[in-house]
Amino acid sequence: MDNVDSLLAQAKASVAAAADLTALDAVRVHYLGKKGEMTSLLKQLGGMGDEERRAKGQVINSAKAALVDALDERRLALEAQVLEQQLKASAIDVTLPGRGQQPGGLHPVTLTLQRIETIFAAAGFAVHEGPEVEDDFHNFTALNIPADHPARAMHDTFYLPDGRLLRTHTSPVQIRAMLRQGAPIRLIAPGRVYRCDSDTTHTPMFHQVEGLVVDVNVSFANLKSVLADFVERFFERPATVRFRPSYFPFTEPSAEVDVLSESGRWLEVLGCGMVHPQVLRNAGIDPEKFTGYAFGMGVERLAMLRYGIDDIRLLFENDLRFLRQFH
Amino acid sequence: MKISEIWLREFANPPGGTTELVHQLTMQGLEVESIEPAAPVLQNVVVGRVVEVAPHPNADRLRVCQVDVGPGIVQIVCGAANVRVGGLYPAALPGASLPGGLQISQASLRGVESAGMMCSAAELGLAESGPSSKAEGLLELDGSHQPGSALAAALALDDCILDLKITPNRADCFSVLGVARDLAATTGLAFAEPTPAMVPAQEPLPFPVHVEDPDGSPVFMTRALCRIRKDTKSPFWLRERLRRSGIRSIHPVVDVTNLVMLELGQPLHAYDLDRLQGRLVVRRARSGEPLSLLTGTDVQLDPDYLVIADDSGAVGLAGIMGGSSTAVTGETTSILMESAFFTPAAVSGRARRLGLQTDASTRFERGVDPTGQRRALERATELLVAIAGGVPGACQSRDTGSASRPTVGLRRSRLSLVLGCTVPDTEVATILGRLGMSVTPDAEGWQVVPPPFRFDISVEVDLIEEIARVHGYDRIAARPGQQATRLGEAPAAVVPPDVLRATLVQRGYQEAVTYSFVGRGLDTLLAGGDEGVSLVNPLSEDLAVMRQSLWSGLIQSLQSNLARQQRRVRLFETGVRFIPGPAGLAEETVIAGVVTGSTVPEQWGERPRVADFYDVKADIEALLAMAGTSDEFEWVADRHPALRPGSSARLQRRGHHVGWVGLLHPGLVRSCGLDAAPVLFELSRGPLTEATQTSFQGLSRFPAVRRDIAVLIPREAPVGPLVAAVKDAAGPVLRDVVLFDIFAGENIDVGQKSVALGLILQETYRTLTDAETDQIITAVIQRLGRDFGARMRE
Repeated sequence: MDNVDSLLAQAKASVAAAADLTALDAVRVHYLGKKGEMTSLLKQLGGMGDEERRAKGQVINSAKAALVDALDERRLALEAQVLEQQLKASAIDVTLPGRGQQPGGLHPVTLTLQRIETIFAAAGFAVHEGPEVEDDFHNFTALNIPADHPARAMHDTFYLPDGRLLRTHTSPVQIRAMLRQGAPIRLIAPGRVYRCDSDTTHTPMFHQVEGLVVDVNVSFANLKSVLADFVERFFERPATVRFRPSYFPFTEPSAEVDVLSESGRWLEVLGCGMVHPQVLRNAGIDPEKFTGYAFGMGVERLAMLRYGIDDIRLLFENDLRFLRQFH
Repeated sequence: MKISEIWLREFANPPGGTTELVHQLTMQGLEVESIEPAAPVLQNVVVGRVVEVAPHPNADRLRVCQVDVGPGIVQIVCGAANVRVGGLYPAALPGASLPGGLQISQASLRGVESAGMMCSAAELGLAESGPSSKAEGLLELDGSHQPGSALAAALALDDCILDLKITPNRADCFSVLGVARDLAATTGLAFAEPTPAMVPAQEPLPFPVHVEDPDGSPVFMTRALCRIRKDTKSPFWLRERLRRSGIRSIHPVVDVTNLVMLELGQPLHAYDLDRLQGRLVVRRARSGEPLSLLTGTDVQLDPDYLVIADDSGAVGLAGIMGGSSTAVTGETTSILMESAFFTPAAVSGRARRLGLQTDASTRFERGVDPTGQRRALERATELLVAIAGGVPGACQSRDTGSASRPTVGLRRSRLSLVLGCTVPDTEVATILGRLGMSVTPDAEGWQVVPPPFRFDISVEVDLIEEIARVHGYDRIAARPGQQATRLGEAPAAVVPPDVLRATLVQRGYQEAVTYSFVGRGLDTLLAGGDEGVSLVNPLSEDLAVMRQSLWSGLIQSLQSNLARQQRRVRLFETGVRFIPGPAGLAEETVIAGVVTGSTVPEQWGERPRVADFYDVKADIEALLAMAGTSDEFEWVADRHPALRPGSSARLQRRGHHVGWVGLLHPGLVRSCGLDAAPVLFELSRGPLTEATQTSFQGLSRFPAVRRDIAVLIPREAPVGPLVAAVKDAAGPVLRDVVLFDIFAGENIDVGQKSVALGLILQETYRTLTDAETDQIITAVIQRLGRDFGARMRE
């Protein structure tokens, strides 16, 4: 049986030496094909006696099985090698940029408005809109600013030929909302406003968010709480805030809210106050039953503080190099 | 309003320095907008007395002065014309540095030693801004100063100018007196109203006055002052007070009236008595009555204006400005001073209507103390007699008495409700008392009568504000509201505008914000000649017209970005356009955009292709998809004056106009100086945000069948209606139609095009048979043949 052992050893050596799948298949045919060497050994068994045939047959069959195993193993290894080569050849550069469209971005004023809306929406403030061309009643008279009131000088107003005007604040939206839905009410009114004023710190158009809460037992203490919270949420840092007496014809008491900057300066961020009883009356609400507070903030100013923008005019130049910085 | 700290402290002097004072004023509602030193630091500048003046041996215009500077006499060479022996002037000694950057040292001037420099006000940084200040010569100091004393101390230069923002309600704070009074009230300082000396009349000097409109002028006082000296100049202290208040010194009479106004809040006017004719009448102006104002402006008046007139006509606009014909000049020797109370109703708004704003109108519009006229007149007389001499006449008064102040009730319960905190009764009474109000307690709270100078106290909440202000806003603790929680709404039928914005951003657009007012030219061109509504008072021609379309602003942004070497621009904006119409100006909120350059940013993996109509249409279809109702929208080829004919479409929703999409018209491309036509769109936001709520449809378990057909139709025929007809003809079994090829050219007849469609058919409850499918396809082809003349392509 030495020749079986040596044949197996010789075959295994050929298997190991096969460099690719074709060579390996040739080895298989050489030993296990119809005329293969291992096959012809098996064929010789036919001329043997039972005893011998059984004994030799066992030896040859186990050698054959071992050779099949070796072939399989080698085939798997070679196939893996081939796959590896194919993968290597088809590898891509994953560091190249992705293909196709790239997103643009929102304007910083919109981003700031969205922030403000998100913060107030969580406390149940609904967003209201109103016309940008207003009449004198909604922009001034209903807000306790009769004709010839000195406060009108604080609102450099653009007028239209029909006597209407471009709203100087979003406060008229609160009048419209109160007249429409009455109290209780809880809203914010974001939008464009206009004043005929233009220099390095003013643009003739800017955005405001007006807030209004009218309900039972609404107090100045509640107003302080909401706005102190807002400032902290908006700037996402603990803030030192002061409320200082000021004047708006439509609120009383009125206050300006200042925030202490990191450099130790007080920065004015919004105006607010308790809704004047006459304004509630003008909007059909009984000031003895309901009280309310209102506040207004300049969106550009908040955007500039938050993003560190130093010139308000950049906000309306729409320079792509500026716009692309926001996302 | 600018106010000198030293002046203020003469009236009310709370403990602490400038920082504490500024904080206090700000927290009591008199915001300090800025603080600046009254004068630069002047070290080594002293009071010098000239003891000898000799000519300079080598220069005609220079003089050699011996100057007593305290410890001894020094020699100073001086070029000023007004230097004289015995005069006191500022002397800058070696080591001093002057505001202009001049360093003073021992020097030789044309061969003569000079141990310093004598200075003008301008050289010390003390001049009012103005052209005349350069030539004024040395600053002459009055004889009370000690030679050698530091100039800063002698002239009280160590002072701060506080710029106060006085809110319109605080009429009473437009003076040093008013600010001091409020400061004393809020800090608890004792305060006494100033009582100027009464200057007795030396001669009666009567001047006839008739007040025809006592409603507008309840108090009208005059006083004549005759034989005043012509050659006088306001003393340095007076000029300095005015300077620190931001007012230029003009003439002793004018300076004194200004000073009294700043000090006491009562505007005064002085007429040149010799130029007045007949008598003074306070009356309404006649229609079209002319008046030439002090500033040289000529105005035409109407009966809404209150005037002071003499026999020649109006000589002053009551409470606003005097007229030029009777103005005080350098030749004036007799004056008639006017100290009046014109009501806010008679003055307010008039100045603004004439494009004026004066110190007087600012005060009268808000309200001056109706009891302060006499005090101001006495104070002015006292000062003028001291400065310019003259013979004072008697005070003449027409006082019809101002309306008595109303009593205002304050309820304890209302106070704590509005503030959300309790202020003790004793504190309430103390605060109101300190503010000059008379207070009577009653069952519910207090009955309060405000002082005459408080025009802002008429209803309960005015008192609540005063108490909060003096009590301190910072002492009212923040407390969250206890109101009932009411949940918000989440309507499914509305696409939030932020979703539309986000969709465009994902498709490569940058959001822009442009002005709502634009120049007329481009806006009119874009509207095909229709003009937008102009502002009555625009800031400039470029911002004069309410935009009829957002395109004008977007095209300008496009131009400026192209000029900054951007080649790919995709901008959108959400905003209002203003449409003139017979029913007035209508507002429509639109989403508009402009696109130029390649479809995607320059990159390695895709060949650049210039974005065209269909790229932008895809962006808009993405917006429509957000509403879930794409089927309701229809694209119609139509003409728009701003868009290229044949490349523009009107978008409709169920027949209603939504907006326009297309390439910019070639004429406008040229006139805008563009190299290529951008694609524009402008869509009404309303129809884009009307969503339909999804109603789930069961999924079919049966296989779908796809049949492809190709038909030939005339080349210019639109494909949209064809596809719609396919859907209609195929019926509910049709799941989808894929338009997968459009071809003209080889093997296709001239004037024809081939349209290839894939029809995907599926039944919900069973498998479609071939026969049924064939039947549907036949129906579709017949319909296309009938309606569009379509032939099957072989």
